[in-house]
Amino acid sequence: MTSDALLFGLSGVLSSSAPILFGVLGETISERAGVSNLAMNGMILLSAMGGFAASLATGSLALGFLAGAAIGATVALVVAIASISFKQSQVAVGYVLAMLCRDLAYFLGNPIMGMPGPRLNLSPIPVLSSIPVIGTLLFRHDIITYSSFLLIFLSWFYMERTKPGIMLKGLGENPRAAYVRGANVNRLRYLYTVAGGAIAGLAGPIYSLSVKAGWKGTISGLDGIGWIVLSITIFGGWRPFRAAIGAYFFSLLQWMGLVLQPLMPNVPSQVLQVAPFPLMILTLLLVNIGNAEWVERSLSHLPESVRRDIAKVLTALNATPPAALGMPFDKDE
Amino acid sequence: MTIELRNISKHFGALKANDSISLAIPPGCIQGILGENGAGKSTLMKIFSGFLRPDSGEIVFDGKPLTIHSPDDAIRLGIGMLHQDPLDFPPFRVIDDFILGSPGGLVPDRRKALADFNSLSARFGFSLSPEARVASLTVGERQQLEILRLLWLGAKVLILDEPTTGISQTQKEKLFATLKALADQGMTVFFVSHKLEDVEALCSRAAVLRQGVLVGSMEKPFDMAALVRMMFGKEVELAAKSSMAPGKKVLTVKTGSVGSIRLRIKDVNLQVRAGEVIGIAGMEGSGQDLFLRACGGLVEPAGGQFCLDESETPMNGKTYHEYMRQGVAYLPAARLEKGLVPGLSLAEHFTLSVKPKGVFIDKKAAAALSEERIAAFNIKGWPDSPVESLSGGNQQRALLSLLPEKAALILVEHPTRGLDIESTIYIWGKLKERCAAGTAILFMSSDLDEILRYSDKVLVFFAGRVTPLIASESLNVQKLGELIGGVGWDAFQGNSNA
Repeated sequence: MTSDALLFGLSGVLSSSAPILFGVLGETISERAGVSNLAMNGMILLSAMGGFAASLATGSLALGFLAGAAIGATVALVVAIASISFKQSQVAVGYVLAMLCRDLAYFLGNPIMGMPGPRLNLSPIPVLSSIPVIGTLLFRHDIITYSSFLLIFLSWFYMERTKPGIMLKGLGENPRAAYVRGANVNRLRYLYTVAGGAIAGLAGPIYSLSVKAGWKGTISGLDGIGWIVLSITIFGGWRPFRAAIGAYFFSLLQWMGLVLQPLMPNVPSQVLQVAPFPLMILTLLLVNIGNAEWVERSLSHLPESVRRDIAKVLTALNATPPAALGMPFDKDE
Repeated sequence: MTIELRNISKHFGALKANDSISLAIPPGCIQGILGENGAGKSTLMKIFSGFLRPDSGEIVFDGKPLTIHSPDDAIRLGIGMLHQDPLDFPPFRVIDDFILGSPGGLVPDRRKALADFNSLSARFGFSLSPEARVASLTVGERQQLEILRLLWLGAKVLILDEPTTGISQTQKEKLFATLKALADQGMTVFFVSHKLEDVEALCSRAAVLRQGVLVGSMEKPFDMAALVRMMFGKEVELAAKSSMAPGKKVLTVKTGSVGSIRLRIKDVNLQVRAGEVIGIAGMEGSGQDLFLRACGGLVEPAGGQFCLDESETPMNGKTYHEYMRQGVAYLPAARLEKGLVPGLSLAEHFTLSVKPKGVFIDKKAAAALSEERIAAFNIKGWPDSPVESLSGGNQQRALLSLLPEKAALILVEHPTRGLDIESTIYIWGKLKERCAAGTAILFMSSDLDEILRYSDKVLVFFAGRVTPLIASESLNVQKLGELIGGVGWDAFQGNSNA
């Protein structure tokens, strides 16, 4: 493989990660507030179809993205109403919505299946894009990929450096303590669930208007992405930068599957296509290995100084979910 | 500031949690609020701190009636509450926890917050690192953080709900010194507790609640016997220590070691004989919990030999079920989370605790069994009460009643944490009954009085080291407190009693 091809490939990995990033960061925001939105898979399919349809009808890409965000927000609102106001299981509501939205996307998308439609153009950044290597890698993308870079930074800044952001983490960690410190817990949970849904909802049109432009029904190849998004949210430890690493890692694995195929003719292509999934699980296991009791016990034999360093690394790698994730809040209890 | 509570009443359904309570407190006073579990102390303080609205009555500051809508409102009026389980955010950095909830704009002024934090912290002699994670702090340090935060927000009245549960003796002394200093500066402190000795050591006045009614109040010096009578409406006697000749070996640990990433404890030698009570003391996180669990097969030891009975074959690597078959029982501190099954009723617990005959439940036998156990253990509840609806004391009684009749060794984490005197005495009465029948008890506790009062021998953990067994007669609170803090260890050349 030439170095140019490698560069373009990696650049492609960055842009094909954009929808996953939007999904993961949206879900991260929602789960940090204490609400897990498991409807993700159906939501992305529905917003991909809806965004494409809206854009096709109006000829406007912006309206397509807006429609995707609106669909995401609406699905998230249903999750929020059921789980916050009616205190129902987020898992049950999420699963049912995931299936409903998927079937709805296929059914409603039938008339526009396979139609040619608008597509987002690349907007290389002047000057910067002509820098060797980095220019190709980072500055020859469409606007949505640039936004995905920005979103990582913004969500990190919001959660780590601003007061409402710290409160957001407090909502999912200990809503009672958040309440004592002046937060209207349930109202804020509504806000963040819907906002997270809107951000994740953008993942759909990013596929149908850019990464995998068009709507091809069941062969769009989007079914399953939502589940990957949910697992990368966990891999990311509910932290934006780590989540981003997870998203890029997964896209990289997928790309390598494609690249390796011609080089390894003896391996059935299905193996390489499926490989990213078990590899993702394996990584998740390795990252969280410090949780296991036998690891702790075996490490305790090491001398004090080494042990302390390893403990630091394992603690840093270890991802604990927000303590009150999935639990309804009622101040009078 | 003079604070008055006037005719505060609060009902929950038919239950009168607070019945027309009136109390006036002058500034600079540490007011003790005493009462057994369920006496209405928490309800009163929740009303005071904005968690609950009273059905009737009012709170008056310097002659001005106040309406408090929320805890947020309360702190703006200068009322800060320190909850029994610290209401903080374990994964956060200390400084983030400190900042959260303070007024101000979008991006907090970290530099100012940090400076304020450090100066407040220095004023009270606390050594909290602002960059540490809250989860790495002890309960005592988390309280210190919460006190600093409330003071920073301008609290003039501080309410502490059972603050001495789960903190060490040294931390307790530091907490009391802090509270006294605050009171000297004119702050009003409410100290809610069921521990008489704490109220005696700290408070200048005490009010006693019983079944939602204010039954009396007293100024310093306190007549302890009278306070006990007020709390319970009757005399309560502490059981005398009964010692019996120790019987055969129940548990032998030879050069035992346990470890986690953070901690390693080596060369613990221990022999427990039938009928003995052995108390394990140490600061939270010194590894005593790990060791206790290793004795019951709940974590695998990292080395050494853990043998049961007179047997010489180590049980290392065997499961808890294996230990259980040999007569070991374990009572965890987290009663509801680890000991009982929330959602199941008392009757269902009893049914599960006996060996089943077939698959189906014999309803009649189950009902009879529950009636009998509930009566025998004096549990305030019905067979169909879900366990989570019981009070802490009754949950602990239920746990005790679930133990197999013929236990050789009972391992207990914090047997009476959070329980009132009456329940404490009852629980220990039951445990002692077991001892008289030849059961050995190995328990850990952060309450030094409890350790000294009930155990025959004591084992102290400090920074990865363990003392040999010390006869409890040779110890007092001060000496034990020092050992826990790492003072006076020169006397022991390692743990070497075999």
